[in-house]
Amino acid sequence: MSNEVVLDSHGSASIAHEVHHGHDAHHEHHETFISKYVFSMDHKMIAKQFLITGMFWAVMGGLMSVLFRLQLGYPDATFPWLEDILGKWAKGGHISAEAYYALVTTHGTVLVFFVLTAGLSGTFANFLIPLQVGARDMASPFMNMLSFWFFFIAGLVMLSSIFVETGPFSGGWTAYPPLSALGSASPGSKTGMDLWIVSMALFVVSSLLGGLNYIATVLNMRTKGMSMTRLPLTIWALFFTAVLGVLSFPVLFSGFILLIFDRNFGTSFYLSDIFVNGVGALPNEGGSAILYQHLFWFLGHPEVYIILLPAMGMVSEILSTNARKPIFGYMAMIGSMFAIAILAFLVWAHHMFVTGLNPFLGSIFVLLTLLIAVPSAIKVFNWLTTLWRGNIRFTPAMMFAIGFVSLFISGGLTGIWLGNSALDIHLHDTYFVIAHFHIVMGVASMFGMFAGIYHWFPKMYGRYLNNTLGYVHFWITITGAYLIFWPMHYEGLAGMPRRYYDYSIWESFKQFSDLNRFISTVAMIVFATQLLFLANFFYSIFKGRKLMVKNPWDSTTLEWTTPIKPGHGNWPGEIPEVYRWAYDYGKDGRDFISQTTPVGADESVH
Amino acid sequence: MQNDGQGRLHPQKFVLWVAMGSIVMMFAGLTSAYIVKKSQANWLEFALPTVFWYSTITIIASSVTVHLALKAFKAREMKQYRTLITITAALGILFTVFQLLGFANLELRNIPLFGPKSNSATSFLGVITILHMGHVLGGVIAILYVFFRAYNSKIKNYSSVGIEILCTYWHFVDILWIYLFIFFNWLR
Repeated sequence: MSNEVVLDSHGSASIAHEVHHGHDAHHEHHETFISKYVFSMDHKMIAKQFLITGMFWAVMGGLMSVLFRLQLGYPDATFPWLEDILGKWAKGGHISAEAYYALVTTHGTVLVFFVLTAGLSGTFANFLIPLQVGARDMASPFMNMLSFWFFFIAGLVMLSSIFVETGPFSGGWTAYPPLSALGSASPGSKTGMDLWIVSMALFVVSSLLGGLNYIATVLNMRTKGMSMTRLPLTIWALFFTAVLGVLSFPVLFSGFILLIFDRNFGTSFYLSDIFVNGVGALPNEGGSAILYQHLFWFLGHPEVYIILLPAMGMVSEILSTNARKPIFGYMAMIGSMFAIAILAFLVWAHHMFVTGLNPFLGSIFVLLTLLIAVPSAIKVFNWLTTLWRGNIRFTPAMMFAIGFVSLFISGGLTGIWLGNSALDIHLHDTYFVIAHFHIVMGVASMFGMFAGIYHWFPKMYGRYLNNTLGYVHFWITITGAYLIFWPMHYEGLAGMPRRYYDYSIWESFKQFSDLNRFISTVAMIVFATQLLFLANFFYSIFKGRKLMVKNPWDSTTLEWTTPIKPGHGNWPGEIPEVYRWAYDYGKDGRDFISQTTPVGADESVH
Repeated sequence: MQNDGQGRLHPQKFVLWVAMGSIVMMFAGLTSAYIVKKSQANWLEFALPTVFWYSTITIIASSVTVHLALKAFKAREMKQYRTLITITAALGILFTVFQLLGFANLELRNIPLFGPKSNSATSFLGVITILHMGHVLGGVIAILYVFFRAYNSKIKNYSSVGIEILCTYWHFVDILWIYLFIFFNWLR
């Protein structure tokens, strides 16, 4: 059994163990605090580490958005307390332009990479893959541990950039040169950018270490009987996510390497014909800033699906479980995820329609981009038909899963607008783009994450989250999300550009000052509601209602066959064998049939 | 390739294959950028240093020795195995020395790799070659690890998984260099 091999072998003989796999895989002898909670190699603990670190970054990133929304909503007001916390970045209680750009940049970087990549797939790939495929742990628990610690150090480096004298990087989360390549370009381009790129390089290493493990575990360590088409859709989604990451992060890394050489070794990959105020003309000749954009968006677009796919997978699982119906179109779901994974690599130039891209090339990218609507629509159709005439249990997880579908539809439709290169001439770099990607990628994936947390919290901690607080959290968040981002479509159509510091001095955008104030107010309320969720989370870890049964949601999948508090190794005895797919709900008059139940003589096989 | 009895690859070997795919993507990204950049203005044409031929021969030779080392290990001829694996590591280091000599040759011909006077054509050569050297040196470190494990008489180790993984990786960086060498010489 390859499962036993990995847990037992620390680089030593692995063949011998294949013989006596009968022995108990509970390796919990002399676990210290350090080996259990800090340098843990148990995938479940590593998942919790990813989750809680991700939560820290979510609070940081969210708080940053509240601060810059304060500037956008109340450009003329002064807040003396801001100077107390931000010092020279908010002289006289007014956020400076430099601080505003630094906040916007760090908000984007942190939420895209630390929260929605590491916090989302780091948490749930680690937690669910071994539990749902029936494995004792990951293919390489040691690499898995390294993956978390690289992420953790990446976070520390990013955090430290907030405290340097010239401030964190402020040239936007995409870090386009020349702002990212020239220290003299802006204060944030100095030490802040050095720290940014070191942090991101560490983050790429973390993602690769994690991704390698996820792929190897899904393909190699499934339990007996768990064929690929019996896997829950969560695993398929996390698998495609890992494949996307493993293939696209190295390309981003190569872009970063060239950037480092331009910054520090005087090369001209991205730089040409530049005159910096106060420095003069630079000697760099023949570089192309567009080259960076190609390398960046070759990761950047798959990254969108790296963020979204885990949410899609968990939502499929949660919708099916709580509608007490098999997922509609299981194979179509896999097929559409596969199509999305392929198309993700073929659409990157739609981020570059207005960079002087050849219009003929642009039209090909329009076609490929709009093709993504097909698998996306298939998925939406399947989610809705799964809900159709279901015997729905409206748990908080289910609410967030349904909320995800709603947000995915709303945000996906505006994607069809933005995928057109002609419309992009008007809409690029406006609030329409902000509204689109925040709804479809940001909030939707956050909803997927919340759904996952509410659903698997009992498996993680052996207790329930408080339901009432869950419902409050859901309703304020979904209402707030629409109230924040819906008006932004309108502002964007009116031509309001993103990233500006103060709109009140522009004749064309003055009219939106009330709307901006409204958006900022809602943003603060929604942020406060997330703190309520955090309170619920941490309170429930220690004081939540205790789980008395193994399988609280009457679910079919393997993770619910483990003990309420599984040890390292997950199953005390043999790993259970699997006889059927993961979605036997309401079959032959039975509410649900676990994957571990053999197929009866009178039963139709899936 | 040894399987685990269920017809599946050893998980750690599989991890290596996926990692190699990932490394391929990084070099594919760089060589694509090279092609894009080449079609634009201000591109310097220059002859590669001849010493790169020596480094190519060296790394191919090291692939042969690492293969023989694996065979020796499987035949339990430990003395021969140790000699061969040491030669492999030495050849790996020799390879990086040749690469550095190539850089020195370019500098002598007044074709700087980096710095304000450099052209992207040479900078690309420098960055890609240095990255590849990093991967070779990573292999050397891995050899040192299995090498010292082979001398450790306390642990008797009959599993060849580690050395097989090393062997596959070594062939991989070899093939990667051959690809880059052909790319720099003829495909550009």
